[in-house]
Amino acid sequence: MSDVVLKIEHLVKRFDDQTVLKDISLTVREGEVIVVVGPSGCGKSTLLRCINALEEIQGGKILLNGSSVSRESRNLSEIRQKIGMVFQSYELFPHLNVLDNIILAPTKVQKRSREEAKVEALALLSRVGLLEKANSFPRQLSGGQKQRVAIVRALCMHPEIMLFDEVTAALDPEMVREVLDVILGLAGQGKTMIIVTHEMQFARAVADRVIFLDEGVIKEEGEPDQFFDHPKTERAKEFLRTFTFERKHTHS
Amino acid sequence: MPDLGLEVLLKGKNLARILAGLGVALRISLISLAVSIPAGILVGILMTRRNVVIKAVTRCYLEIVRIMPQMVLLFLVYFGTTRVFGWNLSGELSAVIVFSFWGAAEMGDLVRGAVTSIPAHQYESAAALGLTGIQTYRYIILPQTVRRLIPLSINLITRMIKTTSLVLMIGVVEILKVAQQIIEANRMSSPNAAFGVYLTVFLLYFAACWPISMLAGYLEKRWR
Repeated sequence: MSDVVLKIEHLVKRFDDQTVLKDISLTVREGEVIVVVGPSGCGKSTLLRCINALEEIQGGKILLNGSSVSRESRNLSEIRQKIGMVFQSYELFPHLNVLDNIILAPTKVQKRSREEAKVEALALLSRVGLLEKANSFPRQLSGGQKQRVAIVRALCMHPEIMLFDEVTAALDPEMVREVLDVILGLAGQGKTMIIVTHEMQFARAVADRVIFLDEGVIKEEGEPDQFFDHPKTERAKEFLRTFTFERKHTHS
Repeated sequence: MPDLGLEVLLKGKNLARILAGLGVALRISLISLAVSIPAGILVGILMTRRNVVIKAVTRCYLEIVRIMPQMVLLFLVYFGTTRVFGWNLSGELSAVIVFSFWGAAEMGDLVRGAVTSIPAHQYESAAALGLTGIQTYRYIILPQTVRRLIPLSINLITRMIKTTSLVLMIGVVEILKVAQQIIEANRMSSPNAAFGVYLTVFLLYFAACWPISMLAGYLEKRWR
């Protein structure tokens, strides 16, 4: 078995008196692709935000390569550099062009040379088919293009794990594909990833393991074929049924 | 061609007097601006605080400035303080006080708007890349705030220049007052002077404000 990259133990997250995540434990090994699915409001996004210490946690532990991730960690910036996160709404920096968006953190945070960062950024951009947009500003790009830039921006930091938070939810349908293809490509290269998504076909294709989250607990966990074809829990069956459509015939 | 009354401008030092009047108007607005900008940044940052007392005080301040006509404020400071406190403020100083009081409130509101309009996600995505708090401000938040702020505050400059036309009411001899004096003095010899002189005043205000307004538009477009 390959090395454990991320270990979550008994994670509890509360907002005021509402418990959003109750006792979540999860181990992610190197090269593994975990897809988290579940109904809206089940805590999927919150889970990702906790892993990146964007949320304070009320119980449990999150360990990245053995070192604790929490808002109190003194080396929080260092830990976050190892975790790449891509948001639903892209969140590029509007005052910087594509290239500067990508190399800002490598040069200012990791203190790499501008030249070296630029070479890598351009190589990554060309891999996602956006080389000619290097000098464009975010406002000149389509949603799908922005999201691919956001993925490159995260990759350029050489993270040990990538988190994708419903990255296609804000996109027009015809742009979903171009973004998901990039993520599939990363999976093919053996990137360790946790992906929150509502695209079930994609989840099935990309996942090594599917986590079904409901009401703040992991209700079911398994290989994609097993989860999508033979869900064990009633709750998961019900959830998966919402993605299938049947025309009901009524005979008079 | 009707007599536009422009020949009055060439009499004596009339044109130079009008330009000097414009100088007074610009001086009042620029000094007030120099006070308003730093004071406004301070007020604006205070406005984004969560403290209830600070919020209430700054809110009251902003509302007073918005509701009260500038002319009333000018009268209050120029005439009011003389009797009550025995201060003998010059018209120009009173004007600077009122315009700074007004400008700081408006500027404060612009700063507040610019700071709070940066979405929380920008802070988060910077944090997710490993930027520290100071780096986030330095590279992400401040550049965006300043870009939003500069075009808006330039508009405030032009509003301030225009509003200086009120200070003739407290005896400051600025461009509009000079214009009136010239028209009065030449009432018999050139009865049409009102048109020519006020036209000149209009053009001078335009010449002072238009480039500033163009600059604001240009920056707004470039930084959008």
